[in-house]
Amino acid sequence: MHIKNRLYNGTLYVILCGELDENSASYARVTLDDVFSGGNFKQIIIDLSELEFMDSTGIGVLIGRYKKMKIKKIPIFICNPSRQAEKIFKMTGLYDIMPKIV
Amino acid sequence: MIKSNFMEVSFKALSINEGFARICVAGFCLQLNPSIDELGDIKTAVSEAVTNCVVHAYPKRNGIINLRCEIEGDSVKIIIKDNGVGIKDIEKAREPFFTTKPDEERSGMGFSVMESFMDKVDVEKNEQGGTTVTMYKQISNEALQVGNA
Repeated sequence: MHIKNRLYNGTLYVILCGELDENSASYARVTLDDVFSGGNFKQIIIDLSELEFMDSTGIGVLIGRYKKMKIKKIPIFICNPSRQAEKIFKMTGLYDIMPKIV
Repeated sequence: MIKSNFMEVSFKALSINEGFARICVAGFCLQLNPSIDELGDIKTAVSEAVTNCVVHAYPKRNGIINLRCEIEGDSVKIIIKDNGVGIKDIEKAREPFFTTKPDEERSGMGFSVMESFMDKVDVEKNEQGGTTVTMYKQISNEALQVGNA
């Protein structure tokens, strides 16, 4: 997988591309932590439109990042999940802490 | 005519093989003309089962995973077997959010996802050690039949 990011108007847009599973989870954790360590944004939007696959390993990765950003009081939002990702997010209650935006 | 077919493959319990396992099963199931959603459900469930083997079954990362996929009519049966350390309490392991590795950012939702994405999931201890996960799914056949040979 790879991760693209763009800062615009105080919002950090992060686009997850490819496949997020156990094999790519370490890369995702390290890369997201690095991208999130920059401080010039008030919120984060994670765009999943280019994520071709994600299983429940992705939930662990996202909740880990949420916990770190919660300390900094920076909210994270999710957009464009696949049907499968949406199902996993609803099952786990992820949208309660990282709301979906259209 | 009722279709009957199977495939079987073994591979090392490495996370790099998760994508291979997903594509392998998805490619085999294409003969049933599944919808994109059904294929996505199957890939996700296979990924969860293989991840369990990679993360939990073989702590020393030197095990083998056996993957078998059977087609009978419009039904798919997927059997994922390891010879690893086994699951101490299967009922507990199937509970949502249960994980034996809370420090590793694990969601504990693997079995719940399998159950949600497939019609039925059986988890059994192997007599000689390890675990066998068997998952079933009926393909609706509602996908377009265009190009079907």
